[in-house]
Amino acid sequence: MTAGAATGGGKAIPILVVVVAIVGIWYAATIWLNTPWQRDVYQREGRDWTVSDLVADTMAQERPVLPAPHQVAIEIWQTTVEKKVTSKRSLVYHAWITLSATLAGFAMGTVLGVVLAVAIVHNRATDRSVMPWVIASQTIPILAIAPMIIVVLNAVGLSGLLPKALISTYLSFFPVVVGMVKGLRAPEAIQRDLMRTYSATAAQVFWKLRWPHSMPYLFASMKVAVAISLVGAIVGELPTGAVSGLGARLLAGSYYGQTVQIWSALLTAAALAAVLVSLVGVANSYVLRRMGARP
Amino acid sequence: METAAPRGESVIRADRLDLTFQTGDGPVHALSDVSLTIDKGDFVSFIGPSGCGKTTLLRVIADLEQPTGGALTVNGVSPEQARLNRAYGYVFQAAALYPWRTIARNVGLPLEIMGYSRAEQRERVARTLDLVNLTGFENKFPWQLSGGMQQRASIARALAFDADILLMDEPFGALDEIVRDHLNEQLLQLWARTDKTIAFVTHSIPEAVYLSTRIVVMSPRPGRVTDIIESTLPRERPLDIRETPEFLEIAHRVREGLRAGHSYEDAE
Ligand SMILES: Nc1ncnc2c1ncn2[C@@H]1O[C@H](COP(=O)(O)OP(=O)(O)OP(=O)(O)O)[C@@H](O)[C@H]1O
Ligand SMILES: [Mg+2]
Repeated sequence: MTAGAATGGGKAIPILVVVVAIVGIWYAATIWLNTPWQRDVYQREGRDWTVSDLVADTMAQERPVLPAPHQVAIEIWQTTVEKKVTSKRSLVYHAWITLSATLAGFAMGTVLGVVLAVAIVHNRATDRSVMPWVIASQTIPILAIAPMIIVVLNAVGLSGLLPKALISTYLSFFPVVVGMVKGLRAPEAIQRDLMRTYSATAAQVFWKLRWPHSMPYLFASMKVAVAISLVGAIVGELPTGAVSGLGARLLAGSYYGQTVQIWSALLTAAALAAVLVSLVGVANSYVLRRMGARP
Repeated sequence: METAAPRGESVIRADRLDLTFQTGDGPVHALSDVSLTIDKGDFVSFIGPSGCGKTTLLRVIADLEQPTGGALTVNGVSPEQARLNRAYGYVFQAAALYPWRTIARNVGLPLEIMGYSRAEQRERVARTLDLVNLTGFENKFPWQLSGGMQQRASIARALAFDADILLMDEPFGALDEIVRDHLNEQLLQLWARTDKTIAFVTHSIPEAVYLSTRIVVMSPRPGRVTDIIESTLPRERPLDIRETPEFLEIAHRVREGLRAGHSYEDAE
């Protein structure tokens, strides 16, 4: 419902203002954070400098503390448009590696979440026995168990996409369980009473009442789930020294002080997350419109 | 499925029914000592002030609420068994349409659940929508209809399948007078044609008198039956029967019964 509103023309100007402000602050921070090192350089070279020299040079360092926006933009341009997508240096290639794990994990997490929610709603024993574990699972920091999952799965011969997807699953099933338990329980008493007067079976109540009634809840949880699936996939690429994926780019960038590379991977991940969340939003409005929601 | 009793045999038999709700702030005595027999083919109206337990009584008959005392049979079996036999259609006080279904699919919901064939579903939906004057609104969603039209759709939904008992909780409360008259006539015709047994809650004295073979007057706190008035009107009832002395006489008796219930309440 909100995805449609975001594209409205009335919102373009405020969004533009915010973007301009962020870029402005970013440039100011670039100059400020890169100045100390630039001064050292001038001192070592024993050369005179003016303020305009300083401003220009802080935005052109090879390994700045904070790269300027245009440096990142150029890096992104060079590693996407100007590289073949099959190249190991192409950001598109790395983004695709991460995206495939994200989507696999998101799909598995959503299915797992829905299945658990259905079991919890229909069975009191599952509710009592499963729900505490579901909650406990999320109190363990993912950074702590991600390496273990990767290492253990590697030991049994599983590597590549699946271990990363499993970490995404681990993170993304949670919002779906919580949202769907709420959604499947949301039908009002009178709507359930109606089913009771028809002596409908539990399966009929599920398919004709609970499931359609829970659609808004499903999409709301899927928005959260897809975003943290991406986080999961990136985290899954960090501990093994993986050679491909956005996580690998982040890690390699930080080994070699390639801050421009780090920032371009970060921005790509953020853009990817935004696209994924809005795709779920589009699916949400499409489905709800077909289900007769008020436009 | 059909355990229908022959005409004149008792379909609903309540004996000293009692129901107390346990609520957060103490027990609420909703029904007290309700004894009542409804025969096959009866049209029984329940009338009484707000909160006197009319809805609760209908819900007990429908096995949506469990009595805390007394005995009740529906079609000679327990309310639960009758519900499992799909012995009744229930029209709730609110329309309770499913917002994601079109009007036609809302009316077809019980038919889907009871396993009617596609063709029969279509035929019955069309027929019952016509009965409540909603032809042409099949593909609208509930929010696109007025409150009264939604209520009519919910009546169509209860009529779509062949239950021989109809439990109707203020079905015409949200309608204007003209539509109400029309639906009253339609309901009487349907009742005469199909020999259904109808339990009908209303706040309108003329409506109760016009429709009913018997009128049950109730009083609140605790909800109890204060009077049962047998109608002397013939089963054939044109709308202008409402101006006859006989009609006005029965209406007067109902009003007196309601008054007595109110003063009873004041005395407490
Ligand atoms: N589920 C419930 N829990 C607790 N109290 C209830 C419940 N349902 C009804 N009551 C109480 O029982 C009494 C009878 O309620 P009921 O809905 O049967 O009245 P009614 O005669 O249908 O009124 P109205 O004409 O306003 O529809 C009321 O005092 C109400 O507050
Ligand atoms: Mg009521």
